[in-house]
Amino acid sequence: MNAKLWTRRILVLAFWLGVWALSASLVDRELLLPGPWEVAKRLASLVVTGQFWRITMVSLGRILLGAALGTALGVLLAMGTSRFAFLRAVLSPVLSVIKAVPVASFILLVLIWVGRDTLPCVIVVLMVAPVVWSSVTAGIYTTDAELLELSRVYRFSPWRTLTRIYAPSVGPYFLSACHTCLGLAWKSGVAAEVLTVPARSIGRELFEAKLYLESVDLFAWTLVVVLCSLILEKLLSTAITRLGRRPAWGGRQL
Amino acid sequence: MIRFENVSLVYGDKTVLAAVDLHVPPGARAALMGPSGCGKTSLLRMAAGLAKPTSGRVTVNAQRLAYAFQEPRLMPWRTAAENVNAVLSDRAATLPEARKWLAAVGLAEAENKFPEELSGGMRQRVDLARAMAYSGDLLFLDEPTKELDPDRRQEVLALLREHAKARTLLMATHSMLEAQALADQVYVFKDGRFIPA
Repeated sequence: MNAKLWTRRILVLAFWLGVWALSASLVDRELLLPGPWEVAKRLASLVVTGQFWRITMVSLGRILLGAALGTALGVLLAMGTSRFAFLRAVLSPVLSVIKAVPVASFILLVLIWVGRDTLPCVIVVLMVAPVVWSSVTAGIYTTDAELLELSRVYRFSPWRTLTRIYAPSVGPYFLSACHTCLGLAWKSGVAAEVLTVPARSIGRELFEAKLYLESVDLFAWTLVVVLCSLILEKLLSTAITRLGRRPAWGGRQL
Repeated sequence: MIRFENVSLVYGDKTVLAAVDLHVPPGARAALMGPSGCGKTSLLRMAAGLAKPTSGRVTVNAQRLAYAFQEPRLMPWRTAAENVNAVLSDRAATLPEARKWLAAVGLAEAENKFPEELSGGMRQRVDLARAMAYSGDLLFLDEPTKELDPDRRQEVLALLREHAKARTLLMATHSMLEAQALADQVYVFKDGRFIPA
């Protein structure tokens, strides 16, 4: 990345921090709008504690587990519904319903059936699976029919057809869905934590900060959420870029 | 052995084939000739199990068949050598064999190129190399040298002729040159049927 781009980014960040600091000084009430310096100080005091890392890692683990399970479920559903018309007919309305129902409704509904520690993971599965399902299905349907005929003529095994023809065709759709789902998983997972307050979770810290009017804590934990999201997105983007170049995922090594 | 018995093929209101009878005995080399749209490719596709006749019966007694398509069907995410190797074991062990077939069709220099980097004629040669690499009892060729320049055509035809000796061959072509070079039976489309020339 060149120096010009970095300079521009730093200037943009400085501009918004300036806006924030100015607004905080104009409001002049920490309860309503704490300034960036207070939030940074609080964040600095948090990150040196073991508790902070335990909470962050538990939330992260829970949400990433949900994202992984949702992705696996979405892929399986896409494979099943693309192969069997009956399954497609039965499950398509479910997909539409899940997409239409607000996350908050799901959280309250699912809370009746599962414990609060498990719920964020279940919510993430419910949010991620339909997106992966739709994208992978689109990828399967756009797989070149002529290449599938080729696999029939030369008697490719189902595994070889899957890995040599379907995977490279579906790869770009799958990777794009993963990118979309990460942000979705993170937001819905933290929202579920805020509503269900499981032990050791970022959501619980946010909820308690709001409950006790600890605005500085609320901002600090929100910043943690934003930073985690940015770091995860960057890691995933790097992985996607590398995977996307591989022939096995539809890329070319030219 | 390939046998078509009273085979008809209808797409919508268009009759492509009407009551076709054709028998290609084991080890024979048959060429189907006729104008575009007369059903040559359809017959090949039915014999390969890629299409079903509207009526009639298609019998093919063979375990494995190789098919060089009219429009080369190459996986765009694989190199020329990998495309050929795909019908072998698809492991590194058979890559030299795939390269050998590419060299045989004059593509030794292009083995690591992707299909989009190859010309139409080169892609067709990769498709032919793949069909020859596959050890099938049957060899189906659909206009196998359509995209090739005249010099290259002669070389490839000689190679195919040598290769087809051990197989039953069914080909579709517009070219009498191709038919004479490769086939010992030529069927010409006339009045809705394929008759021996």
